[in-house]
Amino acid sequence: MLKLSKSYVITVAFLFFSIGTLFAQHTNEENHAGASESHAAESHQEEFSAGDFVIDHVSDSYDWHITSWGETHISIPLPVILYSKHPELHDGKAFHVFMSSKFHHGHDAYNGFKISTSEEFKGKIVELDAHGHELEKPIDLSITKAVAGVFVSVILLFWLLLATARSAKRNKGKAPSGVQNLLEPIILFIRDEVAKPAIGEHKYEKFMPFLLSLFFFILINNFMGLIPIIPFGANVTGNISVTMVLALFTFAITTINGNKHYWKEIYWPDVPVWLKFPLFPLMQVVEFSGMLTKPFVLMVRLFANMLAGHLIVMVFVSLIFVFGGLFGPAVGLGASPVSIAFSVFILLLDVLVSFIQAYVFTLLSALYFGMATSDHH
Amino acid sequence: MGLVMPNPGTIIWMIIIFAIVLFILKKFAWKPILNALKDREESIANALNSAEEAKKEVAGLKADNEKIIAEARREKDAILKEAKELKDRIVAEAKEKAAQEAQKTIDEARQQIDAEKTAAINTIKKQVAELSVMIAEKVIKKELAGKGEQEKMVDGLIDDIKLN
Repeated sequence: MLKLSKSYVITVAFLFFSIGTLFAQHTNEENHAGASESHAAESHQEEFSAGDFVIDHVSDSYDWHITSWGETHISIPLPVILYSKHPELHDGKAFHVFMSSKFHHGHDAYNGFKISTSEEFKGKIVELDAHGHELEKPIDLSITKAVAGVFVSVILLFWLLLATARSAKRNKGKAPSGVQNLLEPIILFIRDEVAKPAIGEHKYEKFMPFLLSLFFFILINNFMGLIPIIPFGANVTGNISVTMVLALFTFAITTINGNKHYWKEIYWPDVPVWLKFPLFPLMQVVEFSGMLTKPFVLMVRLFANMLAGHLIVMVFVSLIFVFGGLFGPAVGLGASPVSIAFSVFILLLDVLVSFIQAYVFTLLSALYFGMATSDHH
Repeated sequence: MGLVMPNPGTIIWMIIIFAIVLFILKKFAWKPILNALKDREESIANALNSAEEAKKEVAGLKADNEKIIAEARREKDAILKEAKELKDRIVAEAKEKAAQEAQKTIDEARQQIDAEKTAAINTIKKQVAELSVMIAEKVIKKELAGKGEQEKMVDGLIDDIKLN
């Protein structure tokens, strides 16, 4: 556990460091663009902004960008689903479904909606009032790049696991075969090394489907995020909404399955009464916040680790263009082998991190379930 | 701050997707896979148990075999011993019988010899007596010319006859 938290601290420190620096660059760029309005369009094309480059690659978007060639952007449009609180601004309709290609990569407004470029809502769809000013965000249920990425991973996951299940049914009582051979050791590992020790021999079976689904869902999304070819490469587990939902499921299951002992531990722990009273309200607050911190930490750990991996790879790649922009194309070309070598190294490290993070998330969930269902210390 | 702010739309989609994933995987993937694993583990455990039992059985059989062989050997030894004893006894009996027979023959022969000897002695005695009588007759005829001499002679003879 100590080792883990150490690596976690380092990762988070690195993450904040990198985000900090990137945002600094980013805002500088913005100010610069704002100051020379007429110059902005040209300079945007000519100058390479590493901050924009990296952040664009890891953040969610309304279309799935493949490549840009000069002025031409090639991307897969994704469905935008909006519910507006101001139907009068959009032909009297409140509910809107259209493809993101209507925005022309964020350059155009469509039917009173626009992808915001303002500081407050940057990258999100906003409603425009009659004068073309940004009003507020509608209720946004769009299939964004992250959601589409989840769909792809889920299809793969179903294909893989249902094939395993078929093979398991076919080989009942016989030696495993095919994809079953690949997954069974992992399933056994989760069962024997994670669920059984953490939850206990008698109660683990109830949680097995969730733990296995969680592990494989995180693992496959981690891996898919590392493959930079469409339809993979969406930054799914590095998206805080995704990790938040996973953590919420763990939290919900922990809370639902919490037994008398679990709640007693939180609200009426076994300490002498004379010790309990002066500190009692404080202790309750601490214990309650501990209950909430657990899923929060799960959420942040997975998010930060995966995001950091993506960021570092993108930073190394963007180094080529930074050097190219600063010292000329020759230096950029010279720097590219080093950059690529580092990117490959970090990607390989990310493969390891993908496994570790999926394992850690599952293990900690199992530990929380174990705490919620344990009968004694 | 787009990166660290959760997006409600994505959260709703994720909840729906993950709930479906959980449901489908639980029903169609984990149930058969975990059951298959459990079944296989049980069947392996059973197979190992029965192998262990078979091993024990074989060991039992082997022990039984050895016992049977040992018994057979013991029986063989006993039979051999008995046969030997029987043989010895027969030989001894035969010897004894032969010895008895021989003794009997010898005894019979001895008795016969004794009898014949007695008969011969008797015959000789008879003949001697006859001869003696004849001799005495002759002697007496010659000697007993006078009466004194006859009496002397008779006395002398009577004295002499006390031989034997």
